[in-house]
Amino acid sequence: MINRNLKEKGIESLLFFSAVIAVVALFLLCIFLFSDGIILFKHISVTSFITDTKWFPTAEPVHFGLLPLLLGSIIVTTGAVIFSVPLGIAAAIYISELADPKIANIVKPVTEILAGIPSVVYGFFGLVVLVPFLQKSLGLPTGQTALTGSIMLGIMALPTIISISEDAINSVPRSLKEGSLALGSTKWQTIYKVTVPAALSGISAAVMLGIGRAIGETMTVMMVTGNSAVIPGFPSGLFAPVRTMTATIALEMGEVPQGSDHFHALFAIGSVLFITTFIINIIANYIKRRYRFSL
Amino acid sequence: MSSDLGKKTEIQVKDLNLWYGDNHALHDVSINIPKNSVTALIGPSGCGKSTFLRCLNRMNDLIPSCRIEGDVHIDGENIYSKNIDVVDLRKRVGMVFQKPNPFPMSIYDNVSYGPKIHGAKKSDLDGIVEDALKSGALWKEVSDRLQSSALDLSGGQQQRLCIARTLAVKPEVILFDEPCSALDPLSTSKIEDLILELKKDYTIVIVTHNMQQAARVSDHTAFFLVGDMVEFGKTEQIFESPQEKSTEDYITGRFG
Repeated sequence: MINRNLKEKGIESLLFFSAVIAVVALFLLCIFLFSDGIILFKHISVTSFITDTKWFPTAEPVHFGLLPLLLGSIIVTTGAVIFSVPLGIAAAIYISELADPKIANIVKPVTEILAGIPSVVYGFFGLVVLVPFLQKSLGLPTGQTALTGSIMLGIMALPTIISISEDAINSVPRSLKEGSLALGSTKWQTIYKVTVPAALSGISAAVMLGIGRAIGETMTVMMVTGNSAVIPGFPSGLFAPVRTMTATIALEMGEVPQGSDHFHALFAIGSVLFITTFIINIIANYIKRRYRFSL
Repeated sequence: MSSDLGKKTEIQVKDLNLWYGDNHALHDVSINIPKNSVTALIGPSGCGKSTFLRCLNRMNDLIPSCRIEGDVHIDGENIYSKNIDVVDLRKRVGMVFQKPNPFPMSIYDNVSYGPKIHGAKKSDLDGIVEDALKSGALWKEVSDRLQSSALDLSGGQQQRLCIARTLAVKPEVILFDEPCSALDPLSTSKIEDLILELKKDYTIVIVTHNMQQAARVSDHTAFFLVGDMVEFGKTEQIFESPQEKSTEDYITGRFG
């Protein structure tokens, strides 16, 4: 009896420990990131970090300007969202509501395989196929542009958006669709007036996760966007090389002297990235809760 | 049988057969459902009464394995003929489901949904919504909160909202598929009163598990058993002097 209780307790605490690991990891990551990042602001003011338009970490005089990198991330991610969100939601609607079950059973697993391909393979594909194609077809000096990154990231975000949106649309109760059809609405009216709105919280979660994936992606972007840290114009910046926050950290972290301002600046960028994704998650949750008619 | 029904026939069903895959679920069902009256379909679970009901607005079209043979005429028109527009048919033949299924929208939007998709003018919507909610006996309870979520209503109110939503499309026939099975007795009696009120203007077909309910609300009753329509007649006659042994056994509670 005592022995059995002990065993139960043991298993319970083991499971508790496993659950707590994630929380502890997040907590430690925060401390590690912010504590090293904040040291930068002993030497450089926060305002200059945010408003300086140049990122010259090794030049003389040095400039640690976040702006070109932040805008680089934003332009690439925005492009990816514009490309992947409509496409992803449309595909999810097709798979869940319109496709013959036989076709849906092929399309869905295939899109999910897309999610399992390593990002370096996407980058390689982008570099070898998309970069020369865009350069030639748009007559650009280089094919390594923000647009190239957007397209690649869009493709990479698609499986997340499709898969989660499809689940959300699929879980709309049949009775709702029948109710709509019974009032004499067409299949399409039912989809866009009842089914999709009812699945909206799940769809927005899908979109947010897609954005999260795009903004945090490093390897692919680094391989196809040209990595030049200049403030991109709009919309001309789409067709020019940019450098994202993630690519900057990945490119420079290996070379940087430990403890230098440059080192801390990279941590500060990491913190900004962390805060950005954190905000995106909060927005996703907010949308979910605010959508008061959700099921 | 139909000649003694006295009223004009609205729905005429002849030799209706239905299969789900290999399962022959309805056998040669023929029935004449009179206009402006309530017809109850009773029978044990799985007898085909709901399946039959869903033939009347072609809801069974949504089930890929379902195959239907026979004729269903509504107001003289064969609803299974090739040139019939199913969307138009469902506008004429409304349906209220077993479980209240309001859309996750406001009360107002639930009721205006049907008229809107059928092209009602925006300026007419307020009037249509008010009339429908009044006919659905819900107006008094919700008139001050039309913009709040339909999901905040009680189950009984939700079901009356679904009825109002159906009325807003101005159908000729309303099909009720066990509309009270998920409701408490008080809500049930409100819906029954409503059905009695509605039969003045609509032809009503109701599937019910509850024999007292059939006796209370219907003018005619059809008894179904394993895919056959066993008996059809005036409700008093079915309940007081059933012609078939199985009808009597079911009504007196010997099975079902």
